[in-house]
Parts: sequence; structure tokens; C-alpha cells
Amino acid sequence: MEQKNGTLLEIHDLSVSFRMYDYDEFRHNDIRRRLKQTDLQVISDLHLIVNPGEIVAVAGSSGSGKSLLASAILGILPDNATVRGHLHYKGEEMTAARQRQLRGTEIALVPQSVAFLDPLMKVGAQVDGHRRPRQTERRKSLFQRFGLPDKTPQLYPFQLSGGMARRVLVSTALISEAQLIIADEPTPGMSLNQALEALRLFREMADEGKAVILITHDIDLAIEFADRVAVFYAGTTVETAFASDFKSGPDALRHPYSKALWNALPQNGFLPIEGFQPYAGNLPGGCLFAPRCPYKTPQCIAEIPPIREVRGGEVRCQHEMNF
Amino acid sequence: MNEALKRIVRVFFTYSVRTISLLLAVSAISFVLVNASPINPVQQYIIGFGTAVSPQQRAEIEDYWGVNEPPIERYFSWLSEVLHGNLGESALYRRPVAAVIGERFWNSLALMLCAWLLSGVIGFGLGCVMGMYQDRWADKIIKKCCYILSSVPTFWLGLVFLLVFSVWLKWFPIGFSAPIGVRGEDVTFGQRLYHLILPAFTLSLASFSNIALHTRQKLIDVFNSEYVLFARARGEGKWTILCRHGLRNILFPALTLQFASFAELFGGSVMAENVFSYPGLGSAVSAAGLNGDVPLLLGITLFSALFVSAGNMIANLLYGVINPQVRAFAEAGRNGGFV
Repeated sequence: MEQKNGTLLEIHDLSVSFRMYDYDEFRHNDIRRRLKQTDLQVISDLHLIVNPGEIVAVAGSSGSGKSLLASAILGILPDNATVRGHLHYKGEEMTAARQRQLRGTEIALVPQSVAFLDPLMKVGAQVDGHRRPRQTERRKSLFQRFGLPDKTPQLYPFQLSGGMARRVLVSTALISEAQLIIADEPTPGMSLNQALEALRLFREMADEGKAVILITHDIDLAIEFADRVAVFYAGTTVETAFASDFKSGPDALRHPYSKALWNALPQNGFLPIEGFQPYAGNLPGGCLFAPRCPYKTPQCIAEIPPIREVRGGEVRCQHEMNF
Repeated sequence: MNEALKRIVRVFFTYSVRTISLLLAVSAISFVLVNASPINPVQQYIIGFGTAVSPQQRAEIEDYWGVNEPPIERYFSWLSEVLHGNLGESALYRRPVAAVIGERFWNSLALMLCAWLLSGVIGFGLGCVMGMYQDRWADKIIKKCCYILSSVPTFWLGLVFLLVFSVWLKWFPIGFSAPIGVRGEDVTFGQRLYHLILPAFTLSLASFSNIALHTRQKLIDVFNSEYVLFARARGEGKWTILCRHGLRNILFPALTLQFASFAELFGGSVMAENVFSYPGLGSAVSAAGLNGDVPLLLGITLFSALFVSAGNMIANLLYGVINPQVRAFAEAGRNGGFV
């Protein structure tokens, strides 16, 4: 696999599928034979490069497989998941053993909700983590910076308000020495000021040479704070653009879906397109966007388009175009 | 502090009312059942004399005992005696029922306590092992054993153990709580313990599978939770997760279950004590039942109801004391707000 120099994380052709058992009531009398084993593909041929010093937003609608991407990078997918493709961290292939070493030391996750905290453990001890020595001083200064009340470390997760919980979750990642932070929807529930504070912290970390993958469906926020935006559709990245491209308008974007997404934003006309995102289990054969694409050709339906570099970004589309 | 004291008083009051109403209901129902049964307490009492009784004497005895009064009146006169601390006299042992219960309860308590601790420790330990090795061979084997043991009746298990360990291997005595031919006051603690091992082991084997299977399932749930996924994302290994999150989250349900198991424990002890001729409440209650010893039967029924409800009460209280969520909700309820 071709490696670029100096990248922090490279993902090439990553596919994740789940082995499932389908139940067909009418097929057989024997219950064991009624269960049909199927593979449900949730991430297909995903491509993502993260450089030191940048925030890469992964933006897409719900059900596009964004959270599973985080699990796949960390190697914590359930046992029935199959992963294909290549993951490289600092130029080194990420094996299961390597992922185990990197989790919580080099790569940290900011989870989605308070459900990811142990309900019966006080917040302070949870943020400190299992590693010795405990980072109590660092945690105190983080909590202070986030404006968390002094009693917060003694509270249990269920006693936190939504905004407090988010700030605590962000703290769990910032307390580590991680080079790469994967933040899975870190800002909903925070007030605007708190969200900005969290994102400023991420920005600071990136400026120190670390990197942040910001998984979000808030495109506006992503554009504001990220360097690049990976547009996620049906379990794959259809385009990686500079954040500035989204500010420039649809002409700067490279993929028909990104353009449609831009046009669908409230400030840009709120224009929806026909159809809906295909869900795992009934993905189309060729380009995943083809069924909804106004520019589709028979070739789009027949084969998966390759990744191409266009104007410094990357796009997975057949057309050599500016639409 | 004052608030805490108030809370304790209120909880104590609530549980007292509950326990008293439970005991009243149990006494009424068991009185009705005994009344409807073919047992004739007077007949049993007379048999206990060992001498013939003339019909006239018999009528006098019946009169003295109030047999011919309406059942409601008999119930209330019995109840008022019970409330004055008089449980009556056992026809079988010719001693006050309270004394019989008091003496035998200590034997039973020793037996049940040993079995209870054993089943708790074994059950929790094996449950953890099964949960950690879900669907692997260790889990499969232990799970099958649990299913078998929970299906096997206690008395049968006791018989098998007697046959194997007492008759064939001669490791343990064949029965009783002390060696035969030794005077009561000469029995040593070691000898008592030696006689206790086999019945306690039988009783615990009959009840540990419940807690083991519950612990297994609870641990599997914990391992499938989002907070364990996050713990893994932070680099915690399987055993770190067990110690940091697993035990913490499965201990409370296990403890609750363990305290709520007093009823099964008591039921199991009836079987175990009979098989091992162990002189506790369990063997006394079956003797009382078979010999029509109504006062003893009613006395033990009330006592066991008290015992079981005490276990359930401890389970409830314990949950409120150790689980921070329950504790916080109780406090929030009092303050009329949340935190």
C-alpha cells in the first residue's frame, strides 16, 4: 500500500461488515436451518488521511457509519465484525496488538453520551483513568478550564447535566497524552460557549502537532473549526475537501453529494434532493450515490469509482467534471 | 445528621408496619389451614400422655383447650397469647414452643449461615468465571453443572453425598450435630463444625446455581455496555475492566439476590436437616407436621415468616445504602428536587 510521508493516520479501502443471522420463518421446519448467515456491510472502501496538526471533520447524516469508523480505528468492534483494508498509524500497519497499545495512550476517544461512563463510579476517578500515576492535577486544571463546579469529581454520571457530561467526556481524552483524538459528536448539549471552548481546546492540541478527527453532523461547526472535511455517505467517504471549499460554495466542491449537501443547508436555500441514503444490507453495486445522482451514467452503476485527487482534495467519482 | 436520623426512623417505621401486617396475615392463613386439616390437636396431646383417657376426661381436656368454641374466638385467644409471648407448649417435646425454637434456631442458623456464605462465594465466583469466558468451554461446563444442580432436589443431593462421603469414603459423620454417645456439654466446637460441613455443603450446592447464573448474565450485560466499550477504547484490558467496572456493577444485584434467597434457604434446610438428622428448625417443622404438633407448627411458621421477611428487608435496605442512584433518588424525593 502506498504510503505518504509524515501522515498520522491513513485509512485505505476500509470495509467493515457484521456477520448476522437472518431469520426466515417460512423457509424450513428446523429452526437452525431457518437462520441464514449474512454479512451486513456498514463501511465500504473508506479512505481517510489525517495529518499532524489538523482537525479533520467527518460529516455525514445519521446511520452513515460514523461511530463505527471510530471503533474500527481503535480496534474495539464487536466480535462478529470483519474488517478489511489498511490502517496505518505513523506509517506503521495497525495490527490488533498495535491497536491495543495505542488505545488510550496515542489515540483517545471522546464518546457520544454519558452512557459511556460507568454509572457507579465517581466522575473524578473515571476521568483519571486506570493508568498510574493518576493525572489528578491535570484533571483539576481541565475541569477548571471547562468551568465545571468544584463538586463535579464527587458526582456520579447520572448526576451530571447534559453539558457537564460532555465536558467531562472531552476531559477524558484531553487528560491523556494522545496524539490523535477521535471525538464522536462531542458538542451537542453544550452551550455555544462551552462548545466553542471545547473546540478551541481541540484547535490548541492540533496546533501543538496533534490531530483530531471530529465526527459530527453539524456541518457549520465542522467548517468553522476543521481544516478539512470528509463527507461521509452510506459508510464511505465520497469526498475530502478543505473547510474553505464549503465556504466558497458548491463550485469548489468535488462530489455531487457534497454539492447537494451544501445546497441543503438552511442558509444556502434548504434544497433537498430525491431519495434517501441506502442502508447497510441493500447497498447498490457501483457508486453508492449513483441511485440519487443527477449525473449518473451506466458506468457509475456498474463499478465503484476510484479515488482521485482533484484540486488538493480527494473525491470518489467517475466524472472528470465541474458540474 | 438530624435528617439521616429522621430517615432511619421513617424506614424503621415503614418496615415495622409491613412486617407486622405480614405476620398477622401469615398467622391467620396458617390458622385457617390447620383448622381445615384433619389434625386433631387433642388426640395428639392425649397420645403424648401415653396412658388411656376416659371420654369424660377427654371432654374436660377439650373444654380446657377451648376446642368447642368458634374458630374466630379460638384464633383471637391464640393470637392474644402469642402477643403476650406465649407460643404454647409443644405436644411433641413437652416444652414451651419458644424454648424449642430458641434452641433449634441456633443449630439451623449455623447451618444456614455456612451454606449461605458458601453459596454466595461459590456462586459469585463461578458466575464471574462464566461471564468472563462466555461461550467458551469453561462457561459451557459450569453452566451445565448449574442447570443440573438447580434441577436436582436437595434431599436427593443430600442422600448421594451421604452415600459417597459418609458411607463409602467415611470422611464425614452420617448425621446429627454432634457425635453419638457424647454428653451435650462435652461436645467441642470442632466436632460441631465437623458435623456441619456436609449438610451445609449440600444446602449451598442446591442454591448457588441461582446466584451463579444471575451473576453470569449480569456480567455479560456489563461487558456489552457502552461504558465497557469506552473503557476498552481507553486501553483497559479484560481483567482491569472486571475489577474497575465489572465487580462494582454486578455486586449490588448479587447481594440483593443473596439476601432475598432466605426463603429458598429455609425451604432447603428442611430437606437437608431431615436427610442428615440435623436437629434444627427444619427437622422440627417436619416432625411437628407429621405428628400433628399444632403449637410448634404455628410457632415455626410465624418464626420462618419473620426470618424470611427480615432477609428481604435487609436486601432492600442494603440496596438503598450502597447504590448511589437509589440513595440520590431518596434524597431528591425528600428535598423535593433533584440534586
